[in-house]
Amino acid sequence: MSPTFLYTVEVILNGLMAGVMYALVALGFVLIFKASGIFNYAQGVMALFAALTLVGIQQGQVPFSHLINAVFGTDIHHFGWTVPTLLAILLSLCVMILFAWLVNRLILRHLVNQEPIILFMATIGLAYFMEGLGDLMWGSDIKRLDVGLPSGGSFWLEDVTAGWAAEGSEYYGMYIDLLDVWATMIAVTLVIVLTLFSQYTKTGRALRAVADDHQAALSVGISLKAIWVIVWSIAGFVALVAGIMWGAKLGVQFSLSLIALKALPVLMLGGFTSIPGAIVGGLIIGVGEKLFEFSIGPMIGGATENWFAYVLALLFLVFRPQGLFGEKIIERV
Amino acid sequence: MSLDSSQTMTTPDGRTIGGVVMEMKHITLRFGGVVAIKDISFDIREGEIRAIIGPNGAGKSSMLNVINGFYHPQEGEVWFEGKRRKPMKPHEIAHQGIARTFQNIALFKGMTTLDNIMTGRFTRMKAPWWQQAIWAGPAEREEVANREVVEKIIDFLEIQAIRKTPVGRLPYGLQKRVELGRALGAEPRLLLLDEPMAGMNVEEKEDMSRFILDVNDEFGTTIALIEHDMGVVMDISDRVVVMDYGAKIGDGTPDEVRNNPAVIDAYLGVAHD
Repeated sequence: MSPTFLYTVEVILNGLMAGVMYALVALGFVLIFKASGIFNYAQGVMALFAALTLVGIQQGQVPFSHLINAVFGTDIHHFGWTVPTLLAILLSLCVMILFAWLVNRLILRHLVNQEPIILFMATIGLAYFMEGLGDLMWGSDIKRLDVGLPSGGSFWLEDVTAGWAAEGSEYYGMYIDLLDVWATMIAVTLVIVLTLFSQYTKTGRALRAVADDHQAALSVGISLKAIWVIVWSIAGFVALVAGIMWGAKLGVQFSLSLIALKALPVLMLGGFTSIPGAIVGGLIIGVGEKLFEFSIGPMIGGATENWFAYVLALLFLVFRPQGLFGEKIIERV
Repeated sequence: MSLDSSQTMTTPDGRTIGGVVMEMKHITLRFGGVVAIKDISFDIREGEIRAIIGPNGAGKSSMLNVINGFYHPQEGEVWFEGKRRKPMKPHEIAHQGIARTFQNIALFKGMTTLDNIMTGRFTRMKAPWWQQAIWAGPAEREEVANREVVEKIIDFLEIQAIRKTPVGRLPYGLQKRVELGRALGAEPRLLLLDEPMAGMNVEEKEDMSRFILDVNDEFGTTIALIEHDMGVVMDISDRVVVMDYGAKIGDGTPDEVRNNPAVIDAYLGVAHD
């Protein structure tokens, strides 16, 4: 096999895995948008907040320690214990569920039947509030998140693939980050579990029912408020998973909330209402931007990954505004 | 035909109509300055088919929405199964055993026929969410048991062929039938049908009439329905309430209503000779 071919395969594989990470963020948007018609601007910040909480709990940080120290003149930062990863993840999940309940109780309940733009504005406010809250609770320094997943390149894969290259060529094997492989497997599991849950359980059907028709859902006994808390909890769970994966990759820092911006083109491609769309959209963007950078990038000076996804999304907006899988926009005249 | 609330009677075709299930007492519903329902009282008895008829804008659908909890009347009392009902949310009323269909079909369009009817069984499924999430034993058994009930409903309504079809793709008449199936899924104490035959052709109307009669006959379900088509209503219902401009102008068996001068006036216009 020629090295060029092997390079291309490597680029595509890395693109697919990056795509899964984008899809993970987009998934949270789709879940909430489908069930309640709210475009949740705060999804990215939710991922950041979840990751901050996880690190904080794991390392035994005292929440609001800066505030406490400033007010009472104390000097506390740590409880002096560390929490096992799995337990810390469970506790973070509880925090995200509590957060979902609070958002519904304090914000959304008062905005029922409002225009989508008003709900959207409310989530912008929520995003900034949470960014500040995260800062206040856990501090603003960059944190390392270690959940015990392997990282770094796979030597085994490098050795094997190096052997595939033609004799005498300078090919040193494929570089695949193990963390990406794990992230992909976890994301795929998450999507499968979510799909099964929505297909084969009472609550899953209720989620889909609310997404389809509010009045009919009420008439069969589904409480919209309960469903919205569940939807935000699931979105919080997805944000936690995304926060863990991205946090482990890039470190937990405030720029993490910007991964939401990468989810936007994914949503334009996949459609705002389709879970399979979010996944396929993520994969197309992931592979697309890596291949583009690999093939065209060197000719135009590189760094195409910064804009490729948005240009692709723009093309989709012009030619297929509902995305690949979104509901068709049909208007009666 | 005047009876005490607990008395029973036998219809000409041999079905038994029991005591009062639901009683509306002096219901008045206003939207701002518009009075949609003016001081209406009537009852619905166990096992009967009770129709509410009237010209367009008479307030029939508003009445159904009051029973089902979408609207809350400003005045009057709703009594259900011998107890006065406090103001409730529609989903709480569904849990009391009142199911309904809608005039402009409100199905879950992206879901299959099977899933729609399964969702109709929402109030009948009790497994907690954490058991559902991991498909633990009780949740799994519950799914299977409820699935069997749904299959029976599908057989009953003769919609086996479309059980896996997303309902958005079905023709109008079949959608109406699936919607009836979803309401039946709740095994309701009281079934509300909002214009079950609206927009149907003669053949579809006959099918729907047959299903309504069969539901009442086989399951003994109490049914309250709203309908435009006088002919169909008179054929299938035991008692009829007639509304006009938000007020009740007649109440009784189809024959009594047919000969009621106020009803004739409302439907045919006043002809004083």
